[in-house]
Amino acid sequence: MTVEEAPVSLQDAPGRRLTMIEAINEALDIMLTRDPDVVILGEDVGYFGGVFRATAGLQKKHGKNRVFDTPISEGGIIGVAVGMGAYGLRPVPEIQFADYIYPGLDQLVSEAARLRYRSAGEFIAPMTVRSPFGGGIFGGQTHSQSPEALFTHVAGLKTVVPSTPNDAKGLLIAAIEDNDPVIFFEPKRIYNGPFEGYYDRPVTPWAEHPDSLVPAGYYATPLGKARVVREGEAVTVLAYGTMVHVAGAVCREKGVDAELIDLRTLVPLDLETVQKSVEKTGKCLIVHEATRTSGFGAELSALVQERCFWHLEAPIERVTGFDTPYPHSLEWAYFPGPVRIGEALDRLLGH
Amino acid sequence: MDFRHVHLPAAGSQPRPDETCPPGETHPLCNSLVRVLDDAGRAVGPWNPQLDPASLRRMLRNMALTRAFDERMYRGQRQGKTSFYMKSTGEEATAVAAAMALDFEDMVFPSYRQQGILISRGYPLIDMINQIYSNRADRLKGRQLPIMYSARSHNFFTISGNLATQLPQAVGWAMASASRGDTRIAATWVGEGSTAEGDFHSAMTFAAVYNVPVVFNVVNNQWAISSFSGFAGAERATFAARAIGYGIAGLRVDGNDPLAVYAAERWAADRARANLGPTLIEHFTYRAEGHSTSDDPGAYRSAQERAEWPLGDPIARLRDHLVALGEWSEAQQAAMDLELAEEVRAATKEAEKNGILGHGLHHPFKTMFEDVFEDLPWHLQEQAEQAIRERRIKWPEWKE
Repeated sequence: MTVEEAPVSLQDAPGRRLTMIEAINEALDIMLTRDPDVVILGEDVGYFGGVFRATAGLQKKHGKNRVFDTPISEGGIIGVAVGMGAYGLRPVPEIQFADYIYPGLDQLVSEAARLRYRSAGEFIAPMTVRSPFGGGIFGGQTHSQSPEALFTHVAGLKTVVPSTPNDAKGLLIAAIEDNDPVIFFEPKRIYNGPFEGYYDRPVTPWAEHPDSLVPAGYYATPLGKARVVREGEAVTVLAYGTMVHVAGAVCREKGVDAELIDLRTLVPLDLETVQKSVEKTGKCLIVHEATRTSGFGAELSALVQERCFWHLEAPIERVTGFDTPYPHSLEWAYFPGPVRIGEALDRLLGH
Repeated sequence: MDFRHVHLPAAGSQPRPDETCPPGETHPLCNSLVRVLDDAGRAVGPWNPQLDPASLRRMLRNMALTRAFDERMYRGQRQGKTSFYMKSTGEEATAVAAAMALDFEDMVFPSYRQQGILISRGYPLIDMINQIYSNRADRLKGRQLPIMYSARSHNFFTISGNLATQLPQAVGWAMASASRGDTRIAATWVGEGSTAEGDFHSAMTFAAVYNVPVVFNVVNNQWAISSFSGFAGAERATFAARAIGYGIAGLRVDGNDPLAVYAAERWAADRARANLGPTLIEHFTYRAEGHSTSDDPGAYRSAQERAEWPLGDPIARLRDHLVALGEWSEAQQAAMDLELAEEVRAATKEAEKNGILGHGLHHPFKTMFEDVFEDLPWHLQEQAEQAIRERRIKWPEWKE
């Protein structure tokens, strides 16, 4: 270890306004500095600093042994990271777009996720796979997908989705320090500014958002703990990533006293926070951008029904992307925006 | 398969480039066959590793022990002691001689037919058998199909069962080792059939791009279950020739010639350790028996094929060599075979005290939920409680 930075409490730390990309870059920089076992690999992540600039400057600062470009081979990237983890390193591979992750799926599902189990703890895969996901950037069907449910379905993987610069840094540090493989999906629509779902309104910068206040130095935001963004009485809204902002804006503009919960970690899920909230409000709206059928919303809906059935005053509502590939020109017709969310809220509150 | 067109150059006729040569100097060898033992049992030519008689006898013993072990475990499966077994009969040299050419500290990423590595590295037979029986002493807690060993203490990576996944992993391990200035290298094994997997190609690309200290062993035993090697492209090019396209060193060796296997593996290991990059070795050998206990080779290959196979048997060839040297005799061989059979028998009896598959002597029930994650999350805790409830309903007397 070259530099030991004292952990700071969020309240006391000097905060700076950062974008999500800057916060992620800072988390990576801190972990590269703190832990000599951390290495970053992926397509274009080294010299160039990543197509979204998440790794900008890191190779120059930490050297080619720590931050390096790879061949265009997602299966190779994940497979090599499994081997590095077995050696004792703590790799942080980047998959350039979540849509590209499928060639690495076997290495994630059959290898990384099961190494600890099948070897009875002799070998582990302490890797964090970072990957931008989600749409809203006119990325078409190969640069917009939200495949998180494929990973939440796999025993042995943790799945994390941050929604603010503050969380992105803390959760990424916690993910890298975690000894289990973590899929860290970064909602790329909000890399450079929060998004409230109105594609036709001017983009707001992170600087104006309270959660862009990011403490300097090291801090970890624990995995498996949801964040209650706003307390409310009328309805519980469960969301993660971009949809936290979209759902929050709809509730605000409609004047709904919603309890908005940012799940942050899908596996392991903070069911306790969810259950407590739904028992209080009696109503539950689940919002995600991914396709509907077998989406993570289905799991959430089932869990809420199992745990809170006698508290429910209305059927659980799911607002999701449609079960089509993500279209290019009709992107905003696909996106689960204010109209779809508003309609679901009306149904829920009409009961 | 028809072996009449297999070109067998004379033993000792292949040049041996220096380990420090540019990769291209090895490429003619990718379309030849490195051989050391001739038909008279003599070790000839530049690839002769010049092993002393004690090492040769140890190699012979490791191969014979592997075979004796396979025989016994195969019978055990047929007697219902476990669900599954895979013999390595006829291709013992590709694991044993290769392992002996590596350092004990080198990390191996095997496929499923390299039990000879564990045996060469002195892994206790009883631990192998406990794993095969998935019993209460199984170090892998009864989680893996028989023979999918993991032995970190012996630098033996956990076997997957999914094919070729170990190749990029070996590359990643070796990249990590190199980045730390560590002198340990990685070696990995894959069947010729599995070279068709994408992981083979990503591993080769990464190994070439970063000049990784790794040895790829392609065990071409002619058969991938019922599919002959042509289904992986063998009629177009040798498997060693894949090295040419990636610009790395490649060797093609007589996989039933333990001295050739040893020499090639040692050449590649020395090259990797000197930081001169990866080598792909094709071991041309023959799967003398079925793919596994679930296989019936009679359904897809002729009964006389084993006899038509032109490169003989690795144990017999090394035995003949030792006899030709005056360092071994038929009587010693017979005595060793008896001794090894007894050693395996004794280990089996000992292991059976820990239980055989399906007879209740397995790891404690709750271990099923351990090691999915480092810590037990709430949902697995709940499911563990459910499983225990089911157990109590079925057997009210049951205690954890």
